[in-house]
Amino acid sequence: MRTVRTVAWVLVGIAAFALVWLLLWADYRAAQVEDGSLGFQAVFELTDHQGMIRTQEDFAGRWMLVFFGFANCPDVCPTTLAEIAAVMDGLGEDAPMVQPLFISVDPERDTPAAMADFMQAFDAGIVGLTGTPEQTDRTGDSFHIYFEKVEQAAAPGGYTMSHSSQLFLFGPDGAYVKSWTYGTPAEDILADLKQKMSS
Amino acid sequence: MRHAARSMLAALLLAPALATGAWAGSDDVVVENAWSRASIGTSRPGAAYMEVRNAGEEAVTLTGLQSDLAMVSEIHRVTTDDRGVSSMAPAGAIVIAPGETVAIAPGVMHVMLMQLQRPMREGESFPLTLNFSDGGEVPVPVPVLGIAARGPEG
Ligand SMILES: [Cu+2]
Repeated sequence: MRTVRTVAWVLVGIAAFALVWLLLWADYRAAQVEDGSLGFQAVFELTDHQGMIRTQEDFAGRWMLVFFGFANCPDVCPTTLAEIAAVMDGLGEDAPMVQPLFISVDPERDTPAAMADFMQAFDAGIVGLTGTPEQTDRTGDSFHIYFEKVEQAAAPGGYTMSHSSQLFLFGPDGAYVKSWTYGTPAEDILADLKQKMSS
Repeated sequence: MRHAARSMLAALLLAPALATGAWAGSDDVVVENAWSRASIGTSRPGAAYMEVRNAGEEAVTLTGLQSDLAMVSEIHRVTTDDRGVSSMAPAGAIVIAPGETVAIAPGVMHVMLMQLQRPMREGESFPLTLNFSDGGEVPVPVPVLGIAARGPEG
């Protein structure tokens, strides 16, 4: 009888512990979802602006600054690329530890050659990545981003793109670290990035 | 002496007539800090930015603009939703209250220059004309800065 009772109490104890642990975990997850930091890994297979197949493995061990856009984008993308160029400049001798990636959400128009024009003009060591529509969709799913064609008669091909405009930071292990909303000044991004890299 | 007095009187009488003339509001529009980024060739659209200030006493309405640089020039508004998705769409007519300045700036609005007729080269500038609902036109020379420019200072 005594053993049964002891076992019962031990079970109650375990159950109570499990309950508390579950509650805390749920809280922690909710907080993570709230600040958008629910962990995920950067995963992709795309062609870079020099025609080479690239995956996240190629950039392992370095921080990745990832931005999505398209070469025909006149405002959001050049603005962000200009900010990234300023961030890379501000990193100075730490710049080789950070790889900026510009991933196209417009596989129809963005050939590697079209991406090359863009990346060379910015001259900030940015790697432009594009792929087939399937590869682009898969990349979008993996990064939890959104993009869509929008009709615009006077634009090349008659359309423009709406797309997620955050700048994402991934750590040397490929895990998501944080994102900045479009329009965050380069100075703020640089300060944040330096802090993450040194902690 | 007599002649001077008469001219002054004429000017005084003429001033209100001028003030209520055809371009009542838009001749008080001041455009500042215009800039644009160099383009890569002509196959992709360009963008230009500026501040449009209404220094007058009455509201003005910016209805459109044109430039010989692009077949189609439109003011586009950029909006970013709570998921962080940015889109652009024609801004339509823009009413500028007296004393107000409208910033056509990255992240807010841009002048979208579609079907470029020639490349936008760093160091050059191109003419742009703003059209207002009162029939007034305001010409603006827009300097072309480097492709990685972040503002009117480069
Ligand atoms: Cu636009």
